[in-house]
Amino acid sequence: MAAQPVASSPGHGRAVREGLRDGTPIGLGYFVVAFSLGITARNAGLTPLEGFVASLLNNASAGEYAAFTLMAARASYLEMAVVTLITNARYLLMSTALSQRFSPSTGTLHRVLVGFDVTDELFGIAIARPGWVDPFYSYGAFVPALSGWSTGTALGIAMGNVLPSRVVSALSVALFGMFLAIIVPPARESRVVLGCVAASFAASLLCAVAPLLAAWTAGTRTIVLTVAIASAAALLFPVSDDDLPQEEASDAT
Amino acid sequence: MQHSIPLYILVMSAVTLSVKILPLTLIRTPIRSRFVRSFLYYVPYVTLAVMTFPAIIQATDAPVAGAVALIAGLVAAWYGAGLFQVAATCCALVFALELILA
Repeated sequence: MAAQPVASSPGHGRAVREGLRDGTPIGLGYFVVAFSLGITARNAGLTPLEGFVASLLNNASAGEYAAFTLMAARASYLEMAVVTLITNARYLLMSTALSQRFSPSTGTLHRVLVGFDVTDELFGIAIARPGWVDPFYSYGAFVPALSGWSTGTALGIAMGNVLPSRVVSALSVALFGMFLAIIVPPARESRVVLGCVAASFAASLLCAVAPLLAAWTAGTRTIVLTVAIASAAALLFPVSDDDLPQEEASDAT
Repeated sequence: MQHSIPLYILVMSAVTLSVKILPLTLIRTPIRSRFVRSFLYYVPYVTLAVMTFPAIIQATDAPVAGAVALIAGLVAAWYGAGLFQVAATCCALVFALELILA
């Protein structure tokens, strides 16, 4: 390997084009889901520009959904910070996994820029490539992904009210569908994850209907149940290194 | 206390970007604590599950449409449908059911 495999590699143009190619279907999908996210943002009182900026800086479906819900409830800034931290905690894992796949000579600026748009999908395609992660491949993929996500959110806010209420009602489940698609495949592979999901559904329902617990905000419920159930699972069923995402692609090097 | 949407966006963006950028920039060795690694491993599944149910049933005009979308989404994802196939299936079912029910 050259001393500076990233900064001096001649293949930047090709990496960018490959990233654009792989990022395009992701961006199209993001656009549709972001439109439904925009409807949530609209209910929280955001303008299209505010939604555009929020989605440009946060490219995170669950985190933004939770944040917009908190805005609608006029939550405190501290609650906003804690819920954003909890709902985006999985990116700590992904960012950590990516750090293990970067060439040691990769500069801080590349690390910051790639970290800027870590999402489930963009993390997935970056880590699926053999060898060191190429920041330029990620930059190429970011263009359609961020465009689709930000403009989709802004359009959802701008046009959520011109759509028939039946269409809005139908689109409102798109995000939940995405969440299901993220949690179900690992639940099929692991009985512990399946148990976590089932326990979470049951506990969440209980908190929504039980006399005293129903007073909790959705944000409080998310924090308390996540910390409680994930801690219990970590204590009772600690994962082996083989289960962690950074191990999946390590055979490439 | 008056809350401003730009300030909310500033707070959420600062937290999100720190979460995404700091590990990549600062951590050069794997996290050693098995508990922390395990906790982080389970967090996304618990968080997303808590946020999905029962909210999906409360999101639609007709609760039964949300319930059917939940079951269909679970089944579709179980049998390998991707992110956007599952989302589209849920949306289409709610749309069709609310047409019939209304």
